[in-house]
Parts: sequence; C-alpha cells; structure tokens
Amino acid sequence: MSALLKSFSSFLGSSIGKKLLVALTGAVLVLFVLGHMIGNLLIFVGPDAINEYGHFLQTMIHGAGVWIARVGLLVCAVLHVVLTIQLTRENRAARSQRYGYTATIQASKSSRIMILSGLTILAFIIYHLLHFTVHAGNNYGTYQVMLHGEKVHDVYKMVVAGFSWLPASIFYIIAMLLLCSHLSHGVSSMFQTLGLATERTRPIFEKIGSAYAAIILIGNCSIPIAVLLHFVK
Amino acid sequence: MASNLNLKLKIWRQPSTNAKGTFQDVEATDIPETASFLEMLDIVNQRIIDSGGDPVAFDHDCREGICGTCSMVINGIPHGPRRGTTACQLHMRLFKNGDTIWIEPFRAKAFPVIKDLAVDRSAFDRIMVAGGFISVRTGSAQDANSLPISKEDADSAMDAAECIGCGACVATCKNASAMLFVSAKAGQLNSLPQGQPEKHRRVLGMVKAMDESGFGNCTNQYECEAACPKGISVRWIAKLNRDYALATVHESLLAPANGKGGGAA
Repeated sequence: MSALLKSFSSFLGSSIGKKLLVALTGAVLVLFVLGHMIGNLLIFVGPDAINEYGHFLQTMIHGAGVWIARVGLLVCAVLHVVLTIQLTRENRAARSQRYGYTATIQASKSSRIMILSGLTILAFIIYHLLHFTVHAGNNYGTYQVMLHGEKVHDVYKMVVAGFSWLPASIFYIIAMLLLCSHLSHGVSSMFQTLGLATERTRPIFEKIGSAYAAIILIGNCSIPIAVLLHFVK
Repeated sequence: MASNLNLKLKIWRQPSTNAKGTFQDVEATDIPETASFLEMLDIVNQRIIDSGGDPVAFDHDCREGICGTCSMVINGIPHGPRRGTTACQLHMRLFKNGDTIWIEPFRAKAFPVIKDLAVDRSAFDRIMVAGGFISVRTGSAQDANSLPISKEDADSAMDAAECIGCGACVATCKNASAMLFVSAKAGQLNSLPQGQPEKHRRVLGMVKAMDESGFGNCTNQYECEAACPKGISVRWIAKLNRDYALATVHESLLAPANGKGGGAA
C-alpha cells in the first residue's frame, strides 16, 4: 500500500501528473457547460419546459442527484483551479529573467491568457451561484408557479428578472466571451495532454475545440440577449 | 552583386552567472551579406579584440547545423527568424541594411548563463543520464535480422532522433519547458523494440530529472515545434504524456509488489 501511495504522490508532484489531472477535471467541466447550456435553452421552449426541467433537477433521486452533481463539480473545479495556479507559478519561476525582445511564433492569444480567462470565469461562477443558486440580495427564491397541479420554483420568471438588469447581463456576456477563449485552447489542449492527439488528429481536435467554444458562446449569450430585447419576457 | 550591411546590434553582456547583465549597443558596419550569423559575430568580435575590448562569448562548434551547440536568441526567436535553421546556418542576407538585431542568451532558470550568450545546458545531460539510453550486452554482435522492426517504427524513431539537443524548445517556450526535448529523446527509444525493457523506468526517470532541473510545464502552445531547427513534432509530447500515464499505472499497480526475481525469499 505504501508503494501505491508513493507512486501516487510522485505522480501528483510531477509536471505531467498535474497536467493530466487538469485535463481530466477540465473534461468534466467541459461536458458540464454543454449540458448546462442545453438545459437552459429550454427557456426558448416556454415557461413550463424550463420550470419542469428545474423541478426535475431539484427532485431527481429524491433530491440527492443535485447534491451529488454539486459535490462532483466542486471537487473538479477546485482541483482544476488549484493545480493550474500551481503550474502557472512554476512556469513563471522557470523563466525568472525575461527576454529583452519578446516574440511569439504560433502560440494563440487564447493560449496565452488561460490563467486570466480562467480566474475571471472563477469570479463569474461565484457571482453566478450567488445570483441564481443562493439568491443572495434578491427574492428570486420566493418565485413560485403551478405546474401540473404542483407548486414549483418559477425558474423562467427568475431568469427574466435576473437578466433584465443590464449590468448583470453585460457581466454574463463578458464571462462567456472569456469562457469561449478558454475553451478554444482548453478543449484541444486536453486531447494533447491526455496523449490522445496524433499528428493527423490534432488539427481535427483544434477545429472541434473552436466549434465547441463558439457553440457555448452563442448558446449561452442568446439567453440574456433575448431577455434584454424582450424576446423572452 | 553581394553588398555589405550596416547593422545595429543589441547584445546581452553578462560577465558571469551571478553578475547582472545588460544590453550593449554595438555598431556592426560593413558586414558581407554572404556571412553567416556566427561569422558576423566573429567579425564584430575581431574588431572588439583589436580595440582592446572583451569579445562576446557565444557557443559554436560544427557550424553546419548538426551539432546543436549554437544557442542564441535573435530578435526573440531561438536561432533567429528562419524556420528549421540553426544560428550558424542563418545568413546575413536575411537581414536588411540598417536593421536593429537583438541578441540574447537562451533564458531559463534551468539554463544558467555562463557568460554573455553562453549558457549551461547540463540539465539536458542529467535528463539523458536518467534514462535516455538502452542497456545492451556487449560481446559478440547478434544476428542483424533477429530483431524485426517495422518500417513505420524505424522512420518514426528516426524522426525523434533528429533532435540535436540544442535547447531552442526550452528557450522559445513561454514556460521554459523541456517537454519537446525529453519527449523526443524518450520517444525515440520507446518506439523501438530495443527500448521496451526499460520503457517505464525511462519515462519516469527522465520526467523526474526534467522536473527537478527547474524547467516549466508544457501548456500546449507549440512554440517549441515552430522554433525547433530540426522540426521535431509535438506529437512526441502527446506520446510522452501517454507513456507517463502508462508508466505510473505500471509502477503503482502492475509491477510485482514483492518481486524476488526468482530467488529465495
């Protein structure tokens, strides 16, 4: 057993071990943002659709489902953030003396601002949870509606109220632009770090990453924009 | 008709490892455009020596692009702006009259400056000692055909073996990571049957030596592949990542826990 622990700790201490964990936790978060977006797009189907979806999430496995998901996502997010901060600090230390003349040959802009886009997304997630999950500073938690003869939380009314305030919508859209940037490097980077990319598949993964990032951006931004334009009201 | 160039050089001067370095402005006049970059520095150095100054220290050896000794960053790019070319094979005809050229050493904590443009790359030697070899019995050679190797594997290993260990990948990497070098050296042997017996030990050992030397971590920006004078592909980095995961699984779960090697307990 001690040999197993020794292997695990040297894996966690190594550059590649940490990066593999960043890629795996990133994969979970990448799949989550797609599922989250598809669920939220139900707002365009109508109030009943998104309220029923919200009610389903709250009550699946007798209410335990949502907590299993929350704990899983929290573990992934914490690992992803802690490890990338640690890796970034090591990277800065590895070049203590900067170049007098800096040049970049082919590194994308997105790849060079990963820590910046990542930490801004982290700040956004905290705001987003306070805004729509904890209902801090608002009364969205009291919104109720009748659905199939049952009193459920009125998610539809909450989203419309939340995005009707322009500054909140602008922050959401900025965060989604940074998420798009983060994903456009992160998704293809994940395949390289997990050792799944080859010379022939890497260009395909890069296209998939860009397309994925664009889909998430368009899908998520469509909701605050639709609310602001009174298309959803 | 070949013409001569007048250039403004900004050269990093640093007397020793721990001394503070600065850029020195040097006027390089009347440089033949047929000269190589290192020959241009030779001309500049001869003039410095003639005027009683301290010449610029820089590493060089074969001057035909195969030894990997020259190690300078020219206008922010290791070995200069021409792809797939070492500094010694870079020619002055690529520059224009009146150009300002910044010349700096490879910058990485793992490559301390010895003097001016010369850096200590013995971190690469430590990585090689940690697994960049195969152990073979000496004595009479075995039959040449006793180890079949597919053409694809042989070609692939040769692609990795092109690495001349110059360190341009470290110098250009935004994080001063040595992943391209380590992945090429490990991947070359891991692609061949002769490299299989020590594969897991090699991967774990070389990555450990790399981390201990103070190199940064790969962030998949692929600057290394673009700066590499031999065009080593980042597919080797993907292979090293994969091999590292497999080696960890082997070491932690599959290798015999209390192997006696057939001997008595």
